[in-house]
Amino acid sequence: MAKLTKTDVLHIAELAKLDLTEDEVKKFVPQLSTIVDYIGNLSKIDTSKVDATSQTTGLVDVFREDRVVSDGSLSQDEALSGTEETYNGYFKVGAILTERTDK
Amino acid sequence: MISKLPVTIKETKEGLMKKKFSAVNLVDEYLARIEKNKGLNAFISVSSEDAYKKAKLIDSSLQDLPLLGVTVAHKDLFLTKGVRTTAGSKILESYVPVYSATVVARMEKAGAIMIGKTNCDAWAHGASGENSDFGPTLNPNNKDYVPGGSSSGSAASVSAGLTLIATGTDTGGSVRQPASFCGVVGLKPTYGAVSRYGIIAMASSLDCPGVFGNCVTDVETVFNVIKGQDGYDATVTNHQLPITNHKLRIGIPKEYFAEGLDREVEKSVIEASQILKKKGVELVDVSLPNTKHAVEVYYIIQPAEVSSNLGRYEGIRYGEDRALFGDEAKRRIMLGTYVLSAGYYDTYYLKAQKVRSLIIQDFNEAFSKVDAIIAPVYPTAAFKLGEKSADPLKMYLADILTAPANLAGIPGLAVPNGKNKQGLPLGFQLIGPRFSEPVLFELGKLYERF
Repeated sequence: MAKLTKTDVLHIAELAKLDLTEDEVKKFVPQLSTIVDYIGNLSKIDTSKVDATSQTTGLVDVFREDRVVSDGSLSQDEALSGTEETYNGYFKVGAILTERTDK
Repeated sequence: MISKLPVTIKETKEGLMKKKFSAVNLVDEYLARIEKNKGLNAFISVSSEDAYKKAKLIDSSLQDLPLLGVTVAHKDLFLTKGVRTTAGSKILESYVPVYSATVVARMEKAGAIMIGKTNCDAWAHGASGENSDFGPTLNPNNKDYVPGGSSSGSAASVSAGLTLIATGTDTGGSVRQPASFCGVVGLKPTYGAVSRYGIIAMASSLDCPGVFGNCVTDVETVFNVIKGQDGYDATVTNHQLPITNHKLRIGIPKEYFAEGLDREVEKSVIEASQILKKKGVELVDVSLPNTKHAVEVYYIIQPAEVSSNLGRYEGIRYGEDRALFGDEAKRRIMLGTYVLSAGYYDTYYLKAQKVRSLIIQDFNEAFSKVDAIIAPVYPTAAFKLGEKSADPLKMYLADILTAPANLAGIPGLAVPNGKNKQGLPLGFQLIGPRFSEPVLFELGKLYERF
């Protein structure tokens, strides 16, 4: 059935924010292709009489009171503790905007 | 040192209360064993300082707590406040959580002593322990063989007597299979019986926190401590099916005894069913016709959910760059991304969700006739290190006996029964309807009394 191409894999890697090396792409194309081919077998099954199951609990709309539960919250320091790349209580991220040059 | 180390939760508590030994004595003994068995590579972190601190606290005031002095090793997927948690991956090699999982906190409160964090396949992706970024764990029964996975270190540590209890997670078999490979008891609870709060997520509609122990009673005791609502996991309820008074009936599913099942594995399961029959349990033939699609369904739904859950590891708030994901993680992320992507979602993900309903229907039909099902856990006993690691699909196909229970959200109890010609453990699993843990425990204990 489906055969994944190098273009497919590069597209998927882009969506998944994975920077693959040339060697990795070469390695993964056949492996993923084999697996995708296998899982495609499901198309042969008649599912016209069933609904999709996304979870098995049968629960719907599980709510709680809308009030702050301090036990379940992290302090700002705790929340930032996973990295040293912080500034003024913020996480530092790569810039996505550049300085305007037309002013 | 202690002359005879307690081998059950009850013995541990009694020994402490009667002052046969102290909690500090216990920690001395377990840490010595862990050190002596370093070669098994069962632990990623050993928490000796915390263990002694807790032990001294226990010794200063012995209380009637359900897990008093019980050593517990947590799979490195469980967040433990202040103690490094890696998920078996280089990405979280230096990650120290600021809170603990509900399972961890409840066991702590019940008097347990955390002895360390166990090795596992990175992100719980695997069935052998060979996908750990910290080297594979070895099977204590024979070091040339794998202990199973993904909760490899947890199963091995209980099997080797390095801890009394260990925790794991079972998303497609990762508690039951290593329990079976290592010859210990392993419980995969009902999905929604135990909170997943604070457990590094793999596939959120399939993940179940689970327990390893030396006997069914111990696993039952721990389950009763960790189960129930905690206000943090909306999928958890406090439900429990009562044990009925009628004669118990066990189903033997023909599709689980198909071609490819190792002869000795099959013999061990049939033997266990005969033992239960002698104890008054009725055996009934049942059929689960959609079993043959379980692997396809599982390897669409699970990677899809994995790709979503692993999206949080952007290397900004915690952890290293995504380039440090291992091959298996990258494969599953890409597989999942593909089946969820525009143009493919209906063909794969939606279709798999529908076939999932058929698998659930099979179980509902069977459970209208029987109280539980007995089955093998894996087509073979433990295999040699390196034997299966070259072919990802081949490894996936063997999940066929465990994955269906995860897809249906139902509980499974793996119980050891004998060893094969290579000296490797054999066993069986008991699978029941949602919240039927009491029935599974009853059957397991009935078997053990033989």
